[in-house]
Amino acid sequence: MPKITYIEHNGKEHVVDAPAGQTVMEAAVKHAVPGIDADCGGACACATCHVYVDPEWLAKTGEQNSMEQSMLDFANDVEDNSRLSCQIKVSDALDGLVVRLPKSQH
Amino acid sequence: MTTGEIRRVIIIGAGQAGGETAQRLRQGAFTGDITLIGEEPTAPYQRPPLSKAYLKGDLDMDRLLLRPASVYVEEQISLLTKTRAVWIDRANRKVRVEGGRELPYDALVLATGGKPRKLPLVGADLDGVHLFRTAQDVDRIRARFKAGAKLIVIGAGYIGLEVAAVARQCGLEVTVVETAVRPLARVTSPEVAGFFLDEHTRQGVRFVLGGQPAVIKGQEHVTGVGLTDGAELPAEIVIAGIGIAPDVALAEQCGLKVENGIVTDGQCRTSDPNIFAIGDCAARPMVHFEDRVCRLESVHNAVEGAKIVAGVLIGKEHAEEAPWFWSDQYDLKLQIAGLFQGYDRLVFRGVMADRAFAAFYYKGDRLIAVDAVNRPGEYLGAKMLIQTGRTLAPNVIADTSRPMKELVASAR
Repeated sequence: MPKITYIEHNGKEHVVDAPAGQTVMEAAVKHAVPGIDADCGGACACATCHVYVDPEWLAKTGEQNSMEQSMLDFANDVEDNSRLSCQIKVSDALDGLVVRLPKSQH
Repeated sequence: MTTGEIRRVIIIGAGQAGGETAQRLRQGAFTGDITLIGEEPTAPYQRPPLSKAYLKGDLDMDRLLLRPASVYVEEQISLLTKTRAVWIDRANRKVRVEGGRELPYDALVLATGGKPRKLPLVGADLDGVHLFRTAQDVDRIRARFKAGAKLIVIGAGYIGLEVAAVARQCGLEVTVVETAVRPLARVTSPEVAGFFLDEHTRQGVRFVLGGQPAVIKGQEHVTGVGLTDGAELPAEIVIAGIGIAPDVALAEQCGLKVENGIVTDGQCRTSDPNIFAIGDCAARPMVHFEDRVCRLESVHNAVEGAKIVAGVLIGKEHAEEAPWFWSDQYDLKLQIAGLFQGYDRLVFRGVMADRAFAAFYYKGDRLIAVDAVNRPGEYLGAKMLIQTGRTLAPNVIADTSRPMKELVASAR
């Protein structure tokens, strides 16, 4: 099963087994990784699952879709590698993915 | 208000509000006992997908769960499923569950949610007539969701329309019966309601507006719905989406203040300082709306209540978000922020014909709500304005030549 590493803003790492087909957000929430709120459960309605994709992985995670882009326009501390983790689907190609979490989701 | 040391928290109701409270207490380093009591057979799950991806079969129960059952074990949250709390003894701070077991608490959280309203009609108990609230309800419905089947949805609120959308996508013949003269009458403006009516009509949904169901027909299995005007509509499945009644039975039993829901203060405290109430069953003053007391049925409200209560219990204040909601129908994503009730002016950004527009609701100069269809930026921008008490002049907000982000940055 693909493994994903989530790094909290304070540096704490969480390595999680993420089933292919779920999203990067779901894997975090289901393992109670702090720092990803994902209040809407992945409906792209709340913008509280913001992550920074490790630059090495950007090509594999793909690009922001237009809905995501509009939501991220209003998130805090957005960078070029910002994504909403509910919009990244886990696949075997993402085994080893590293994402960092922002200071706050609100 | 002092409640003494809080070592034992009991949460009654294992829906999203209850589940999030337990989770957030642990994330906030609360080390005392947490007991989460729920009547349903599973760990807390998300309800919004029930009328969307779960009904369609795109999401299974594992993904519907907020967290796998194993996380509750890891976090030492005592999750009691299939368990009904039947009595609250406030004087001795105990909860009795079915079977007689008594559990002591220092703080009690009522997250009892709501019960779907049953159709008050002869025939409402026939096979094939369904309520729509739990995953079990939907499992039963899904088994009957076959292309060509005739479905009548009673009630044209968000749940009714979402169910109608999925049903059409699954090839069912769908009729929506609504007693009001338009759909979504309680939750949006006539203009936005008209847009959704047109969309559903184009997708092949039939509407009977101003229709009063009088009787559900059938011997054992439903065969149709009779209306008060004598019309009879054939059906193999009937789904009632006519709202919920807040589950206030325990609150009433133990004498808490109850009006439309369990009444609480801004910290979700009921009339008993050791008991909190959150989610669909509770009504509290809304900080962004002059402390108007509202009972909101939404994920936002469930999660917000959990954050507030967890914050109170661990001594960390929570900054409230403006209310938000969403609804997915076909390829339309409706995102709502604020509360539109009492608006006196409606301003559009974009046009309905593009199937991407935002409707902004004003009360005087003040922006109080937005309904954004396929316009996430307008939704989030307006939400931010409402949350921070800022506004934009109607002619400015309607100006599509300027990006929403820029407008929001200029708002005062």
